[in-house]
Amino acid sequence: MKYFHLIWAALFRRKTRTILTLVSIIAAFLLFGLLDAVRVSFEQAGQSANGAERLQTGSRLSFIETLPFSLGAQIERVPGVNAVAYANWFGGAYQDPHNQIFTFAVSPNYIDMYPEFVLDAAQRKAWDADLNGVVVGSVMAKRYNWKVGDKLPLMSQIFPNKEGSKNWSFTIDGILHSKDPSQNGFFDAIVLMHWKNFDETTPYNRGQVGWYISHVTDVNQSDRVAKAIDALSANSDHETKTQTEQAASANWVKQMLNIGLIVTSIMGAVFFTLLLLTGNTMMQAVRERTSELAVLKTIGFSNANVLGMVLAESVLLLVLGGVIGLGLVSILAPAISAGSGGMMHLPSVGIGSWTLGLALALGIGFVVGALPALRAMRLNIVDALAGR
Amino acid sequence: MKFLKGLLTLIAVFVGIAVFLMLPWQGLIAILVLLGLWMTLTRRGQQAASVAAIGIATLAQRAGSAAVIVIGIAGVVGVLVAMLAMAQGYADTLKRTGSEDTAIVLRGASASEVSSVLSHDSVVVIEQAPGVAKDDAGKPIVSPEIVVAANLLVRGAKDDDDMGSVQMRGVGDEAWKLRTNAKIIAGRKFEPGKYELVAGKGAQAHFAGLEPGAQIKIGSRVWTVAGIFESGDALDSEIWADAKVVGDTYRRGASVTSVFAKLTSPSAFDAFKSALTTDPRLQVDVDTSQHYFSKQSEGTSKAIRIIGIVVGAIMAIGAIFGALNTMFAAVVVRAREIATLRAIGFRGLPVVVAVMLETMLLALAGGVLGGLIAWLAFNGYSASTLSMGSTGQLMFQFNVAPSVLWTGIKWALAIGFVGGLYPALRAARLPVTVALREQ
Repeated sequence: MKYFHLIWAALFRRKTRTILTLVSIIAAFLLFGLLDAVRVSFEQAGQSANGAERLQTGSRLSFIETLPFSLGAQIERVPGVNAVAYANWFGGAYQDPHNQIFTFAVSPNYIDMYPEFVLDAAQRKAWDADLNGVVVGSVMAKRYNWKVGDKLPLMSQIFPNKEGSKNWSFTIDGILHSKDPSQNGFFDAIVLMHWKNFDETTPYNRGQVGWYISHVTDVNQSDRVAKAIDALSANSDHETKTQTEQAASANWVKQMLNIGLIVTSIMGAVFFTLLLLTGNTMMQAVRERTSELAVLKTIGFSNANVLGMVLAESVLLLVLGGVIGLGLVSILAPAISAGSGGMMHLPSVGIGSWTLGLALALGIGFVVGALPALRAMRLNIVDALAGR
Repeated sequence: MKFLKGLLTLIAVFVGIAVFLMLPWQGLIAILVLLGLWMTLTRRGQQAASVAAIGIATLAQRAGSAAVIVIGIAGVVGVLVAMLAMAQGYADTLKRTGSEDTAIVLRGASASEVSSVLSHDSVVVIEQAPGVAKDDAGKPIVSPEIVVAANLLVRGAKDDDDMGSVQMRGVGDEAWKLRTNAKIIAGRKFEPGKYELVAGKGAQAHFAGLEPGAQIKIGSRVWTVAGIFESGDALDSEIWADAKVVGDTYRRGASVTSVFAKLTSPSAFDAFKSALTTDPRLQVDVDTSQHYFSKQSEGTSKAIRIIGIVVGAIMAIGAIFGALNTMFAAVVVRAREIATLRAIGFRGLPVVVAVMLETMLLALAGGVLGGLIAWLAFNGYSASTLSMGSTGQLMFQFNVAPSVLWTGIKWALAIGFVGGLYPALRAARLPVTVALREQ
């Protein structure tokens, strides 16, 4: 540590070069941070502790098939299940038929299943009492400037109402918030309506349920409970498939795209380029300083000292760039999440990303510094001072 | 004043690059021809050419730093081209699925086939609409189809949870007449009224058990895979079965989700559409199938493009600074030589042009290299995603099209331009006396 000022001075010996290199490193780590955040947000979909306690039961045949309403009461009697909620896909769109909004028709206890989201008690009461009411996610409310008491015209892409029109009109009774405001979640971007209203209004449903959500008392029993629920409808014409919410989300993400492969290949290209770029910079730096290094050796610095100092210089450069880059992501990620209005949710740089990022910075620093450092170590004082 | 000048240069550079990135290839040829003429015909141009020649001849001595520019830019272009090729492949697959002389009829305001419902009566009305082509027997070529989803185990599934969704299309004989590109390549067609299906080539590659003659379980029902078909478009990702059987299995009765109609010619579409949309018995949306499928791809391919450009732009920033670094170093090394040139009468412009030319040549090499790597690694690479408006996995292939490669090369040149400009200006501005004394 006592040589820190020396290393620092060597690093900024040529300011332009160091700063230019630093910006390249920052860009690389900025990209790393953003992509890793995307990867993490995909992986985390439904990975919360709450997600493991909730089981999703849908049709085994396909996700567009519905299940009979009577199944709910049977699921409730399965040992290990302490609450059952249900929901239907409404296929809502606002203003333009292609401006899709996640709209679900849900049972009265649906919100109770998701303790990570809160609805003001008075608003909850008002909503429970209002059959034609909806509650909307805070992000949606903000984006479209919806307020409690407003009429909300929604178009269903699938279901007509009693008059045969697909234009529905609701009253906004409440705004849903995430319990942890920094974690903008799925619930901030949805609209919930009463299932009873939906079922009674559209002639197309008639007591059908899209999927059931059951809350299990013991997470370790999830597998057994899931199998017991599926056994209820085995060999009937509406066989079910029950998964934890975690597994279900993971499956959706996997079907969407192979995010891991994309991120890994991009990062591979980025870091390979970075390796070359900083390697070149370090080579130049050491080549330029040949005589200075020789002087250091003359006044008594050992070979190991010189090796360490050059290595430390390149590691410092990388770590500096890495920290600034990841720091930028920490600022940018929440801004992007906010800017996208809940459509994209980038978690801030987590401890995992920081560790991985810093480990990469250290690793690349060592690899890049190794060759110049060895060169500096093997320097022959007489030759170097003579400029040979 | 100096700051203002710098700012103006910066703005000019950005505007120039924006214009350049939108330039068609003819524009670039024109610029190259003009540059060539200038360099052969005018005195300044000849000076620039000779200075550039020296720079390029000495590149071999600076191979390491030159490689930084080439490989840095190759990385940017490679990633950009790969992402754009993915968007291109996705959009192409859906676009190929439709044609201009096939119309698709959906219930009004339905976002996609799967959310639409059309009654049997509606189908009869649609069959009688004007502009519909007839087959040899005088029957209208109209295919009422029912689109649903089915869960199947994906290939290499580890457990029962590893299921993916496939789009299942219930069709009749007309579907094959309407889509002449769909051909059975293994096994046979399904028999009407039986629990038999044919799988698209893409679906077969993605899901387990879709082999001719095999039996698979969909929901609680066992189906026989009669054969495999290939159509070279998005339909390859589907499985087809008899419309009546599918309707029964999914409890849809006689209703269908969409009706495809072969028109006598693309120009017959307007009459067909107005006849159906003004018919009081119907409440439908009518579109050409080409427009319908292209529209479905818009959102996703745009999203992939934007991600590609954002990632490419961040990488480009890194590459620009890498190039700046290298070229500054190159200019510093040659400072005395450049100052000597200026002392004996060379003006600033040839020096600027020469340094820029050298950088852009390296950038071009990087762009070509990156494009080549992306082409070798990703052209025809199969990927799948859940597509908008569909209920199943859509299989598509990366398409490293010439237009995509061209975009990559343009990016490379733009990076080279910025990376070379500032070192070039510095070389030209450095006072001769200072430069001669340096080192």
